[in-house]
Amino acid sequence: MSTETTPRPADALRDGDTPAHAAPSGAARKIGGVAGWVDDRTGAAKPVGYLMKKVFPDHWSFMLGEIAMYSMIICLLTGAFLTFWFIPSAGHTVYDGSYVPLRGVSMSEAYASTLNISFDIKGGLIIRQIHHWAALMFIVALSVHMFRVFFTGAFRKPREINWVIGSVLALLAIIEGFAGYSLPDDLLSGTGLRAMEGFVQTAPVIGSYLAFMIFGGPFPGEMIIPRLYSAHILLIPAILIGLFTAHIGLVFVQKHTQFPGPGRTNENVVGYPVMPVYAAKAGGFFFIVFGVIAMMAALVQINPIWAYGPYDPSPVTAGSQPDWYMGFADGALRLLPGVLEFSAFGFTLSLNIALGALVLLPLVYTVLGIYPFVERWVTGDNREHHLLDRPRNAPTRTGLGMAAITAYSVFWFAAGNDIMAIKLNLSINDITWFFRIGLFVLPPIMFWVTKRICLSLQRRDRDSVLHGRETGTIVRTPDGRYFERHETSAELTPEQWVLVQHEAVAPIEIEAAVDENGVARKGTRKERRRAWASRFYFADAVNPVTPAELAAAQHHGAEHEAIEAAPADETAEIESGEPAGRH
Amino acid sequence: MNDQDTTHPGSEVASTEHGTAVRLDQGHVVGDGGLPERFTNPGLPEHVERMADLDDAAARRAEKQVATLFGISIIGTLAFIVCYFAIGLETTIFVPGIGETSASNFALGVTMALGLLGIGFGAVHWAKTLMPDEEIVEERHPMRAADESRDRVVEVLKEGGASSQITRRPMIKYTLGGALGLFAVPLVLQVAGSLGPMPQNSLSQTFWNGGPSGPGQNPTFTPLRLMRDPENTPIKAEDVTIGSVFHVMPQGLLPDPITGDGGTPNLLEEKAKAAVLLMRLDENIIESQKQRDWGYHGIVAYSKICTHVGCPVGLYEQTTHHLLCPCHQSTFDVTQDAKVIFGPAKRPLPQLQITVDDEGYLVSKAPFQEAVGPSFWERGSA
Repeated sequence: MSTETTPRPADALRDGDTPAHAAPSGAARKIGGVAGWVDDRTGAAKPVGYLMKKVFPDHWSFMLGEIAMYSMIICLLTGAFLTFWFIPSAGHTVYDGSYVPLRGVSMSEAYASTLNISFDIKGGLIIRQIHHWAALMFIVALSVHMFRVFFTGAFRKPREINWVIGSVLALLAIIEGFAGYSLPDDLLSGTGLRAMEGFVQTAPVIGSYLAFMIFGGPFPGEMIIPRLYSAHILLIPAILIGLFTAHIGLVFVQKHTQFPGPGRTNENVVGYPVMPVYAAKAGGFFFIVFGVIAMMAALVQINPIWAYGPYDPSPVTAGSQPDWYMGFADGALRLLPGVLEFSAFGFTLSLNIALGALVLLPLVYTVLGIYPFVERWVTGDNREHHLLDRPRNAPTRTGLGMAAITAYSVFWFAAGNDIMAIKLNLSINDITWFFRIGLFVLPPIMFWVTKRICLSLQRRDRDSVLHGRETGTIVRTPDGRYFERHETSAELTPEQWVLVQHEAVAPIEIEAAVDENGVARKGTRKERRRAWASRFYFADAVNPVTPAELAAAQHHGAEHEAIEAAPADETAEIESGEPAGRH
Repeated sequence: MNDQDTTHPGSEVASTEHGTAVRLDQGHVVGDGGLPERFTNPGLPEHVERMADLDDAAARRAEKQVATLFGISIIGTLAFIVCYFAIGLETTIFVPGIGETSASNFALGVTMALGLLGIGFGAVHWAKTLMPDEEIVEERHPMRAADESRDRVVEVLKEGGASSQITRRPMIKYTLGGALGLFAVPLVLQVAGSLGPMPQNSLSQTFWNGGPSGPGQNPTFTPLRLMRDPENTPIKAEDVTIGSVFHVMPQGLLPDPITGDGGTPNLLEEKAKAAVLLMRLDENIIESQKQRDWGYHGIVAYSKICTHVGCPVGLYEQTTHHLLCPCHQSTFDVTQDAKVIFGPAKRPLPQLQITVDDEGYLVSKAPFQEAVGPSFWERGSA
């Protein structure tokens, strides 16, 4: 090796160095410059490149979760703005701002600063209204998103974790909303807090201590506003964002589900890549959601706190209503009768309040959260599912979902019993009793009706595959009988694929309680329970047309008259999905 | 769905005539030339070109539409800036269908919305008309990691446990468990212990007990005049005519309505318990002797705090003598000692014993005999 060196600049190539790549030109260099700088330090090019060509399937219902996500981002953005002017203090002040009717009125700093945001800060009202509308939109969108996920079975393996995260997000969202609308300390929100204190107080044994802890002393005290503020802008949003990140991260990792269709299988995902299509569509959709909420904030007034006045425990406004998502709990409180309060040995247990205020909320979200595990136990299905169910193809699940929505709706409408009584000129007592009874009667009815509709739709699907499209052409046979000509093809058309793609199902058959030697088998009771649940889910299942059934129908269909005018019992088997047997 | 899959209706055709049944989780199995058990997926349909893919004029038209939408956004944003400076906060305008509304809020909101919607619709229209619309297929892989990876995790955990010797040294294991189990206690204790004071008897007494009634305060009873809320003036018995209702606070609680001076320091906390409704009934329709005795010639005073969750019972129907709580519609009948006749509350509103003093003003004769407001566990024992 030579020790002789020739002088050269420090950045010049040494022996054995690979020469730098030829510099890219034009626009590529502009992007590559910054991106290269970042990649040199992070190696981000590989994951980013992968994410940019990631495929997402297209369906309008997949936008519901997006609306929720964007509304949440809008809330974060406008909420940060509001913190610049809002004073989270119950400290006493006398209002001297520009809203004349309240001048000289003594109130809390929180209320006065909310009035200032509404009347003295330019654009403050629009930001406040966007914040409130976006919060309502957030919870509407996440609820409907949840319906979509439920009714299409998107919560099935491997997505159970994400369903549970989503349930927690939904619960946190309504708590976040309650904390938020309680902050302005106006008469309406203060009355809501008053009721909340009453709820907490009814917790068995620890109620009064718990209430004093939350309020920092007797109600209302001066601690609740700053504490709610801390929960509303710091604690809950931090958890929300953390869980949301996990939620969306899992969607990326597990890839989005898709609806069944030609070419779509459980092993692929068919759609458009992030770059450029979804970047434009989803990015554009953020602006659309933001724009629509801004338009609502411009045109539709929400929560006019100046009309209610500052909080005072003595006055109250008629028609006190919480924000919509708290309605169901409020409705439950209106329905629970006073007889559920018990006193014994000097102790009082107020189940008329605790059930609705303290038990219902966690109960609803716990039931939601565990549903995937219940269904998995019933079906015993341990496979991954990436193809969505059409709701009709899971009649029992769809029925259960509709029953749950019905029960929720009964509670929700019950929260408006006073408004209904006034607007409809009905007795509030009758309305309340209607809901009390309806809570028990309507959900089963809804379950049954929904399930029957689903089964009928499935039969229609079968019919449409077996007998083809109705042409509207009425044909008269030589002997004077009439039938409608159906357009059939021997092969399944691509459009019909969606009608037959789902799996046939049947209830689990129970094994004999004793084996062939007459010895009782272990765990039969558990199996019986599971067999019962399986029958409940699948006993009257209508299964998709099989190739054999189609062939049989085509065979019959060759003589149109035969299948159309045949006595009912000959074709009934095929149409109803009962075992078709050999034809 | 389960192991019984092979017996589902119709399947016996395929399974008996064409060999063994296939498990449905094995994907789409094509049959052996006979009829398969299930239909096969027909595969992706042919891609259909859009107008803008085929016709350059259509593509140019789409380009113009997208540019127009982006242009609307720019105009909206510029208009927002103008409106921000040009429109005062006091100005109101009449908008059809909405009514009189703040001009600033209306203009700022609408222009902001235009600025946002222009971008949004522009981008989506661009994606739908000009960006590639041929669907792409991406393969999925089972979520489960390869067996080696799973085994490695178990192995590493085992090794880690063994090499740290935690399995061999139980003293470390148990003390660590104990320490980790306890370390959060100081944090929990600090927050739980310091959030608020103990209620003591403050939920069971009110300002009518003779003065401030917060935790640790034990006022001795003195008769207090019934004062109009918010005027803070005493009430003569003859001022209370049949059918009239007075919102009442105890003497000494409210500040002077003009100067704001005086009053009790914890004004809202005392108000939240001491609020009282005063009304006069025809003595003959009062059904309870106790109610008559605790009142004064048909003038009766009841706690205004609902026994359900504590909202003020603000609605009085003169003709039926019903008190209605606007929060959850508990209804109390004043002629029956404020008994609950409908709604979710259980207990009647507590009655305040009243009489008149030497000057003819209504005064309290005794504090409330039970805790006012919502129920709590130990209310009966206080």
